[in-house]
Parts: sequence; C-alpha cells; structure tokens
Amino acid sequence: MKTALQKGFFLLWIGACSLTAPSLTFAASPANVLLIGQVAEPQSLDPQVATAANDSRILVNIYDGLVRNGPGKLDIEPSLAERWEISPDGLTYTFHLRPNVKFQDGSAVDANAVKFTFERMLDKQNPYYSTGPFPLSFFFSSIDHITTPDAATIVFSLKEPFAPFLSNLATPTGLIVSPEAVKKYGKDFGHHPVGSGAFSFVEWQSNQRVVLNANAHYWEGKPELQTLVFRPITDGNTRVAEMLSGGIDTMVEVPPDSVKLFANNPKFQLHQATGPHVWYVMLNTQVPPFNDVRVRQAVNYAINKQSMVTNILQGSAAVADGPIPSAFGWAHDDAVKPYPYDPQKARELLKAAGAEGAKLTFYVTEGGSGMLDPIPMATAIQADLKAVGLNVAIQTYEWNTYLSKVNAGLNKQTNMAEMAWMTNDPDTLPFLTLRTQAWPDKGGFNSGYYSNPKVDALLDKARESTSQDERGKLYKQVQALVHQDAPWIFVANWKQDAVTSSRVENFSLQPNFTLLLNHVSKQ
Amino acid sequence: MWSYVIKRLLATVPIFIGLSLIVFFIMSMIPGDPAQALLGAWATPENVARINQELGLDKPLWQQYLIWVNNMLHGDFGRSYVLNRPVIDEVMQRFSATLILGGSALLLSTALGILAGIFSAVRQFGWGDRLITLLVLVGISLPSFWIGLLMIMLFAVQLQWFPASGMVEAWGGGGWTDILHHLVMPAITLSIVATGVIARLTRTAMLEVLRQDFIRTARAKGLSERKVIYRHAFRMALVSVIPVVGIQAGFVLGGTVYIETVFQWPGLGAMLVKAVSTRDIMLVQGGVLVAAAAYVLINLFTDVMQALLDPRLKS
Repeated sequence: MKTALQKGFFLLWIGACSLTAPSLTFAASPANVLLIGQVAEPQSLDPQVATAANDSRILVNIYDGLVRNGPGKLDIEPSLAERWEISPDGLTYTFHLRPNVKFQDGSAVDANAVKFTFERMLDKQNPYYSTGPFPLSFFFSSIDHITTPDAATIVFSLKEPFAPFLSNLATPTGLIVSPEAVKKYGKDFGHHPVGSGAFSFVEWQSNQRVVLNANAHYWEGKPELQTLVFRPITDGNTRVAEMLSGGIDTMVEVPPDSVKLFANNPKFQLHQATGPHVWYVMLNTQVPPFNDVRVRQAVNYAINKQSMVTNILQGSAAVADGPIPSAFGWAHDDAVKPYPYDPQKARELLKAAGAEGAKLTFYVTEGGSGMLDPIPMATAIQADLKAVGLNVAIQTYEWNTYLSKVNAGLNKQTNMAEMAWMTNDPDTLPFLTLRTQAWPDKGGFNSGYYSNPKVDALLDKARESTSQDERGKLYKQVQALVHQDAPWIFVANWKQDAVTSSRVENFSLQPNFTLLLNHVSKQ
Repeated sequence: MWSYVIKRLLATVPIFIGLSLIVFFIMSMIPGDPAQALLGAWATPENVARINQELGLDKPLWQQYLIWVNNMLHGDFGRSYVLNRPVIDEVMQRFSATLILGGSALLLSTALGILAGIFSAVRQFGWGDRLITLLVLVGISLPSFWIGLLMIMLFAVQLQWFPASGMVEAWGGGGWTDILHHLVMPAITLSIVATGVIARLTRTAMLEVLRQDFIRTARAKGLSERKVIYRHAFRMALVSVIPVVGIQAGFVLGGTVYIETVFQWPGLGAMLVKAVSTRDIMLVQGGVLVAAAAYVLINLFTDVMQALLDPRLKS
C-alpha cells in the first residue's frame, strides 16, 4: 500500500516537473516586439465609437487625423493635412491633404474619405450611421456641411465660430477611417480597424491581446518596432508583477503604491507627465452655505492638498490651482497659485460668513475614469473640514449611478460632489462645466449651478477667436476669475505615469494621455 | 438508464426558464444603465435617452424580456453593447478558456484529493494523516486569490519559472505547451479548496467503509491489502465521493471569477466581472446562462455516474 501511494505522488510530482522543465529559464520577449500592459480590454478600435483613454493609446498608432498634438505638447501640428486656412470670420476651415497617402488596405486617403469619416457620425441619414453609436460626436456638432472641391481639398463650414475645432480634430474622435473598410465590416469595423497610421491591425484576441504590425508604407517612414502587443491586465498588482517578471516591457497607470518600486530600480525607467486633468469637488452654489463666496474660499483654504497628493496619491498627482490645468501652457496663468493650506484663515472666513458648524452632504464615487483614489481622498477632505468646524456626511455610489445622479445637477440637499475631467482643449472643461448656459437643464455639466456673467462672456469670446494668443489671454482671465469665485475645491492634476524596461528606448509620454510609439525601439 | 437521463434533461427546462427570468430582472434592477456606462462622464441626459432608444432599452421591461427570449430561441444571443460584437462569439471563446482552467483544476483536485483522502484514512492518526489534515485546513481557510498573489510573487517575479498572467505568450502563442505553462499556477490555485474538501470527504467515507464487515471478510479471505483498499473499500466510498466532486465542480466554476481576474485568464468569470461593471446586460445574460447550463450539465453527469455505481438511486 505504502509503495503504491508513494509511487502515485512521485508520478504526479514528475508530471508537474516535466511540464515546467522546458521553461525553467523564463523566455525573454523578442526584440522589436513591444509588449504594453494596458488597464483594460479596449471597447472598440473604431475611433468614432471609442471614448476611453485606454482605447486611444491603441488608436493613435493605427490612425492619423487631419492634425495632431505635437510630441510632448498640446499644440496643433499638421498630420494628414499638410496645411490649412481659416476664414477671418472663423466659419470656414480649408484643409489641404498630404499627397499619395494610403490607408493600410491600399485605398487612398482623399477628401472623400475625410468627408465620409465625419458624415458617418454626424448625419443620421448616412447609411453607415448605424455602425455607431458615436458618443463624442458632439465634439463636431458645430459642423454645418462639408465640401470637397477636389480630391486633396476639404472644406468644413461651421454653423458658428468655434475655436476649439482644431483641437477637437486632434482627438481620437477626429481620426480618419478607411471608408472601404467601414463598408466591408459594418458594425464589426471596431474589430477590423483600418487607418493610415504607423502600425496596421493584425489581430484582437478577446481579453488576451491586440497586435499591430509596422506599416512599411507609412508616410512618415517605417516605425522602429516591428510589432506592438497591447495586453489588458486589469488588476494593478498583476500588472506590476508582469512588469517585474519581464512579461511586459511597458506598463501604464502604475498603482500609486508601486511607483517607488520602479523609481529606484535601474532595470526600469519611470515616466511621469502632468496631464490636462483636473480633480475637483464641485460646490452647490445654489443653496447655503456655498452660495457665499467666503465659505467656498474657506473650504479651499481648509484642505491640505499637498498632503493628499504626497500621502494618498504617492506623488502621482500635482496640486491643482484652478479649472485650467497647467498642461495647457499657452492658456494657463502661472501667476494664479493654488489656495495655500491655511486652516486659521478658513475658520476666520467661516466665522465672517456665519457658517461655523454647518452640516454638509458630500457625494463620493467608489471609482471611475480619472477619479484617482476617490474614497480615501474624500475622507481626507472630510477630516480637514472637520478640523475647521464643518461636519461632512459622505454618501458613496457606484460610478455609473454616481454619474447619473451628479450629471442631472446637485439637488438642494447635496452640497458637494467629486468629479474629474480630462480634456484636449482649455475650452472644453470650463465651457461644459462653468457657464450659466451649461446648467444641467440646458444640457451641460455645470452641476453645481455656478454662474458669473463675466466668465460666460469671456468663454463665448474665446470660442469665436481664431488667434491662439488672444484665446490664451481670455482663458487666463477665466482662470483668475474662477479661482477667486471658487465654485469648486481645486484639488489635483493627475500625472499620468508609465514604466518601461531598460530594453526600451525613445519612449515618452504624451500630455494627451495617448502613446505614440512609432519612434520607440526595443533591444 | 436512458429514460432516466431524458427525464433529468427535461427537468432542466423549467430551471432555465426561471434562470432567464432571474438573470434578466436582476440585471435590470442594478442601478446605472448601459447608456450611462457607454458614454462615461460625457453623458448628458439627452444622449443617454438617445442611446437607450438605439439599444431598445426604452421599451417596457417585459417586452425587452420577450424579445430577448424570442431571439435566443432563434439562436441570436444579441450583441454586446460595449464590445459591439455578437454575445455568443464572445461567450463561447471565453467559456472554452474557463473549461481548460476549471477542468484541469477539477482533475487535479479530484486526483490529489482522493489520493490524499485514501492515504489519510489508511494511516488514520499517523503523522502523514496529521500533516494532510493540517495542509487541508490551511488550504480551505486561506483565500485562494491571496494564495494566487503569493504564487505570482514567488514563481513569476522571484524565480521566473511561470508567467504571471495570461493564457499564452503575448508575442505569439506556442500551442499546448504554452497554454500548459500558463495554466500551472492558476490551476493549482483554483484547485486548492476543492482538493481539501475532496480529501476530507474521501477520508471520512473510506474510514466508514473500512470499518464494515465485508472488508473484514475480504481480508479474512486473504486478499492483498491493495485489492481490499482499491477494489472493495474505495469503490464503495466512491458513491459518496462522486456527488462531492460534482458539487466541487460547481464551486470551481464559481471560483474562476477570482482566479481569472488575478491571473488575467481570458475566461468567462473575468468577462462577467467586466461586463457587470460596464452594465453590458446582454453579455452578462449570455454568460450567466452558459455558466448555468454548464452547472446543470455537471449535476446531470454526477447524478448519472452515481446512478451507474449505485442502481438503487435511479428509483
């Protein structure tokens, strides 16, 4: 009996060993194949359908837009359009396409393809409108009609002057798709993407990988890498383990607790860049106590934001100074400084406003896109406000429920709610969240009901201006006014981060949270 | 025998009808709707209404249910809102990965559990029995996802023997050996609890059988100990072990939810977690139905096996 059982265990052990024997030395990934650990499976590789930053990191390598954000900045530079003219009234944009550019399926990138791309998402009568839904098509709702005088020229006529138009063209929603491929795959186009970018699509294995290969005919020259593999690894700890074990070469969105692990290790390189992101707490300005500007300023003084970004977010964010993130260098006024941590001043302001001991209700989400660490951040805010004599009651909600509650506008019983936004133009966030015309009942996201006619006028004027200098000046005024009015508690700007292994060269993060990989190489 | 199988199969029809009702109406009760999840922070009430209309979610619930059931009877399980691809394709692809993981974990735990159980019973109160009892207790008590994380730290990060996650090498899968290499850690992690339970129950069942008269008779006839244990005692004990294995198969299937998430195994469990969080109702419904079908089939198989071993049960 003894021998039989011993033999059984022994055979099992041998079996297990023989399975592992061929790979006792871990297989190193091949050179020129970059393995990227992403945070989730993409939802769609159709640029007009996708909304998540996760998907954009893949999309910008498959497709080109008419224009793009230059490497490392948020300025606009030519891409498929070599040059463009804007009419003095800001109503007509004429783009001249780069000659001889082909989609990866061999069809030509011409004016008709551009027209097709936009009409598919904007025109309900278009036969391919049903390949949507196109959630971000409102980026281009100012387009009245599109004409194509010749194959290399495309003219957008707008309903009204709309200065952020160029910035919006540079977003993933403005990337140009191959009409032939859309016609061929219909609703499945998101799984068979064809663009004109540096890498062409090879395969998408559900929850395993999306593979792209170098596009040898890319108009800007063949990329350095042969293959890109995007792997969805939703669990942050597993992503870190894969990075440490060599299973991936690059990871994005490093869990804050693991940042130091990579920062001090010569085998890895940590990349950080403050993005166009704001994490804030909107204050309900319609009801007491936040209808008094002194109370709004008081809560901005009361919160120790530096401690929050250092201790809770482990340095993965910077302290925010207003509604326009510093990533928009040309529109950001460096002279406006974050409210300093000054509980004494907060107490004085609260006393002056007669708001001492106020009871406040605070909506908090459990997690969500760009929300960083929402519950610990909320409890830190609660503790800081308690220290100046305000009693905050937190109510938590799951992200989708939370959005439907907050986007509908804060009710009279709710005083505060967390929110975070990532945008590509300094106009987008204030225009959608701070104008009087953006109150929820008018279809906007100004859920705290802030209203300042001066801010409204400045934002309207900035939209109509075609001069970036003039726009910059107007946004700086918006920033100063909103900072003074304090309709939000300005908390943090997220630094996007990524880790690469020492085998990877020429990697840099883009401020718009995409990953441009055509100049990256791997040994 | 066949009439028994057919009777049991027919009994699954009401189970599926009830199941479809529960899945459908529970999903519709979860707060947050798919349009909101699709649109994210940019969702205006107007856009939410438009997408809901496009997806047919503005119709009354009972109508949505009838449309869904009718489509399913015609082989159309719908389209995932989020992935924009047929539910049946996604679910079957994920289900095969779950079968590989769950199947091997179950095989492993059955083989190890039965061996350990017999060993323990034969050496009752010996040091081997005590050691196995201790290991089983530890295995049952510790959360398996935590053991999984520890295994990743040790065998993937430190020793680099096994890959930390995934089902095949991302730069090009190398067939079965590649899958096996990726399978070792998640399968072992997933099998730990079931191994413990099967070992405990096999031990108890064997001890009970070994005390019975016919074993004494067999020994008295001069049969070798091996024949007594395997041919007589174990065969008898198997009748009580098989339903336990069947129940464990269900638990293993449920356990894949955690293990697939920790090891990023591209199976049904990980898919369901993601689909629930993105309110991808169609995908959740399809996935749950397939998982439930698997569960029902496992039960059926267990019952048939048991009936074969012990014909009294058929009546």
